[in-house]
Amino acid sequence: MKAGAILRPAVILLLLALVLKPEWFTPVFAPLAPEGAPVIYARSSLLSLSLSHLGLVAAATTAATFVSVTLAILVTREAGAAFRPLSRTITNMGQTFPPVAVLALAVPALGFGNGPTLVALFLYGLLPIFENSVTGLSNLPPATMEAARGIGLNRWQRLIQVELPLALPVILTGIRLSVVISLGTATIGSTVAARTLGEVIIAGLLTSNTAYVLQGGLIVGLFAVAVYDALIQLEARIARRSGARKAPR
Amino acid sequence: MIEIDRITKIYNGVPAVDAVTMTVESGTITVIVGTSGSGKTTLLRMINRLEEPTSGEVRINGESTLEIKPHLLRRRIGYAIQGHGLFPHHNVARNIGAVPTLLNWPKDKIRARVDELLTLFSMEPAEFRDRFPAELSGGQQQRVGVARALASRPDLLLMDEPFGALDPIIRARAQDDLRRIQRALGSTIVLVSHDMEEAIRLGDRVAVMDGGQLVQHGTPADIIANPATPFVADMVGDMERPLRLLSLVPLAEVVEDGGAPGAALPADGSLRDALSACLWTGRTAVPVEREGALIGRVTLETIRARAGLRA
Amino acid sequence: MAGARHGVSHPGVLFAVLGLAALLVPFMTLAANRIVAAEGVMAWSVAPAALTIPGLVALVLGLGLGLPAARPRLRLLGAVLGLGGLLWLLVQGASGLLDGAGDYARVSPALGVWCLLTIFMLSMTDALVQLAPGPLARGTLLAAVLAALAVILWSGALAPLSVLQEYASRKAAFADAALRHLALAFGSLATAALIGFPVGILCHRNRRLRGAILPVLSFLQTIPSLAMFGLMIPILGWIGDSVPGAQAFGIAGIGFAPAFLALVLYSLLPVVANTVAGLAAAPPASIEAARGMGMTSGQRLLRVELPMGLPILLTGLRIVLVQNIGLAVIAGLIGGGGFGTFVFQGLNQTATDLILLGALPSVALALISAIVMDILVELTRPQAARAA
Repeated sequence: MKAGAILRPAVILLLLALVLKPEWFTPVFAPLAPEGAPVIYARSSLLSLSLSHLGLVAAATTAATFVSVTLAILVTREAGAAFRPLSRTITNMGQTFPPVAVLALAVPALGFGNGPTLVALFLYGLLPIFENSVTGLSNLPPATMEAARGIGLNRWQRLIQVELPLALPVILTGIRLSVVISLGTATIGSTVAARTLGEVIIAGLLTSNTAYVLQGGLIVGLFAVAVYDALIQLEARIARRSGARKAPR
Repeated sequence: MIEIDRITKIYNGVPAVDAVTMTVESGTITVIVGTSGSGKTTLLRMINRLEEPTSGEVRINGESTLEIKPHLLRRRIGYAIQGHGLFPHHNVARNIGAVPTLLNWPKDKIRARVDELLTLFSMEPAEFRDRFPAELSGGQQQRVGVARALASRPDLLLMDEPFGALDPIIRARAQDDLRRIQRALGSTIVLVSHDMEEAIRLGDRVAVMDGGQLVQHGTPADIIANPATPFVADMVGDMERPLRLLSLVPLAEVVEDGGAPGAALPADGSLRDALSACLWTGRTAVPVEREGALIGRVTLETIRARAGLRA
Repeated sequence: MAGARHGVSHPGVLFAVLGLAALLVPFMTLAANRIVAAEGVMAWSVAPAALTIPGLVALVLGLGLGLPAARPRLRLLGAVLGLGGLLWLLVQGASGLLDGAGDYARVSPALGVWCLLTIFMLSMTDALVQLAPGPLARGTLLAAVLAALAVILWSGALAPLSVLQEYASRKAAFADAALRHLALAFGSLATAALIGFPVGILCHRNRRLRGAILPVLSFLQTIPSLAMFGLMIPILGWIGDSVPGAQAFGIAGIGFAPAFLALVLYSLLPVVANTVAGLAAAPPASIEAARGMGMTSGQRLLRVELPMGLPILLTGLRIVLVQNIGLAVIAGLIGGGGFGTFVFQGLNQTATDLILLGALPSVALALISAIVMDILVELTRPQAARAA
């Protein structure tokens, strides 16, 4: 707990500095750059790349959350039960698809740019959220569900007032997994000309400039750590509020 | 008055509840008792249509439950279950106020009702109102569960093994509490139990189910004294029948003039209490008091006579 | 189940509707050469009617056989029939469309084929899930599917398809890439297991060590793969330059070594974490009993903790294997070889067929590994748990 109180602001400050004032880090990265080559990536602003990167991840995750929670609600109803074993297998097998392959396969259909990355992140993000939503919605305390029916909540009221709030911590865990995977996968999107922080890393790879690679990697890594941590905090808070004794992982 | 009329539930061709007919008088507690698989829970769940009857119907004050939408029906009928089934993400006040909220009661009325019920169940409203179920003891959770079932002043309260998850010592207190509150509110309760002891302790009427059929329906004394079938006799337990009988007779009924040594028993205690006091302290008689004043004694002789009389 | 009561499989209905819709989009494409835009051809016009009708009938019949909910075997048969019809049409189309279209003409499967392929695979999966075959039956089935696939590719019936033409002109490079990809994925798995198991056992024994190591490994996993590969280049380059003899072992800044090292680093967390979890899975009572009968800590590990934790350990290896097969594609970007080489070449040249040549085998490899590892995990589970 104590370590978190010091580390958390440190990570955020470092991240802000790296994104907003990259020139401060010139002495740190200088030994890594080839002689005479620029040390700090300046072809486009790191802030706009970060915003575009985060924006892609946020858009894909939002859409993935909406779709997969809806699907999870459908397969956990009686009418959709026939789809449940199938959907479980699809999720299980779908997660084995290499993210790069999904990204590459989206290119012939959508061309270069943000489009294929958005689609790949969306498709890839569906799986963990769907899996966790189904788990959350089907492992509700039976006595509570029985009582909800017994005191006269109709289907809709049960879903909105009881099932979704109780499943929320588990759904959020799925969203967190999805976001962290997406943050990393989005960097690969720059190989198909999406505007993400991967651009910095790829520029480094192409010019053998390790300073660029480290700079881009560090920013994405710190974003992942910060977002991961923030979502864990949120989950713990919601789990506490929902009265569960301990927060699920 | 609740009339259950030839109600039947068939699962895969096998009747779980087979043409059960019985009447529950308003303001009484009826305990449906039976082994697991006897159909007692199915019978209870057909009253608020958590299970749809295959045939037959239930009428509440003359109105058939089949004419009301199930979820609207359930809002008029309280329902408390084993393991309480509280909403873990809502605090105590919101849990108790769940049905009044569904019925669109005004906020201040709900709040007043929540406080009233908490007080009735000996839980300080200011202390408990904002707690979450996970922050309550097992006994407190169970009381909140029953309070929630009573919140909208339902015509009828259904309870499915409500004390099943409690340990025996708390269970006895919870049963006494329920009895007291039922008397105070005059509610009509149908309760399912597998425990004949609980049925006799709580019920004005006891209904014994076996293999989907209602095998006996009567007062506790009736059930103990004249078990209708060997199954009922078995449930009552032959060995303890005299003791069960004694537990039904209040001291006030058999008190005689005279004195006796030792501590006095209250007049609304049972002959069973008197017997154990005699045996425990080696006395042949115990004094009986009412509101602090001695009113006479009960002798071991009298106890023996009552135990043998109808056994 | 609602579907069973009505006798019609709900997924079956969905597949049938989607399958019929997929027949209404272009089935294959024909282009005059590699550069010009291709035009779509519908399923019924890929070849003369006499040749397409049997295929179309098989497709529709296959969709129809997927409907009865209570007959999973029939549904399985329907899926196989549908796949057969799909293959038939592809074969007819591949040769039929090329006939007289010029030397440089290319035919490719279009949206319709991919959709129908997905639909029949899903229909097959749904039927299989319903049949719930045991691990051995699943293994046999997988082998049969792979054998059928091999025979079809071997026969050359599909050779006119552009992606296979792409293959034909790169046979040697493809074999090379495949070997390299397997070496990267399995080599890093073996190395990670060699390092990870002992570290996991130590972490299991020593709580402090666990607290120190697991967070570091978790942090390694958050480094984006692209950056991880990139960072390995200067590190290994420096080692190759400054440690005498290192270059003789192939340690250098580009190529196989940095990709391999990056994969090993990514693999450590799942291996170590699952080893710790697996060893902790033995019930305390069993450990207590083992101590009580006088087993040393080494004997406890070998006879109680490892056997009981084996399914969890293997699950860790499954995660690593599938993850590494996917990540190894990125090695193509830093000259590490593997199927990624084709993917990135294809992306550079906007050559869809080349992308497919890299992506399809990667996906297939990952899927096969996942299925095989799942079977292994299930086989190591105690009988009682398997039945439950």
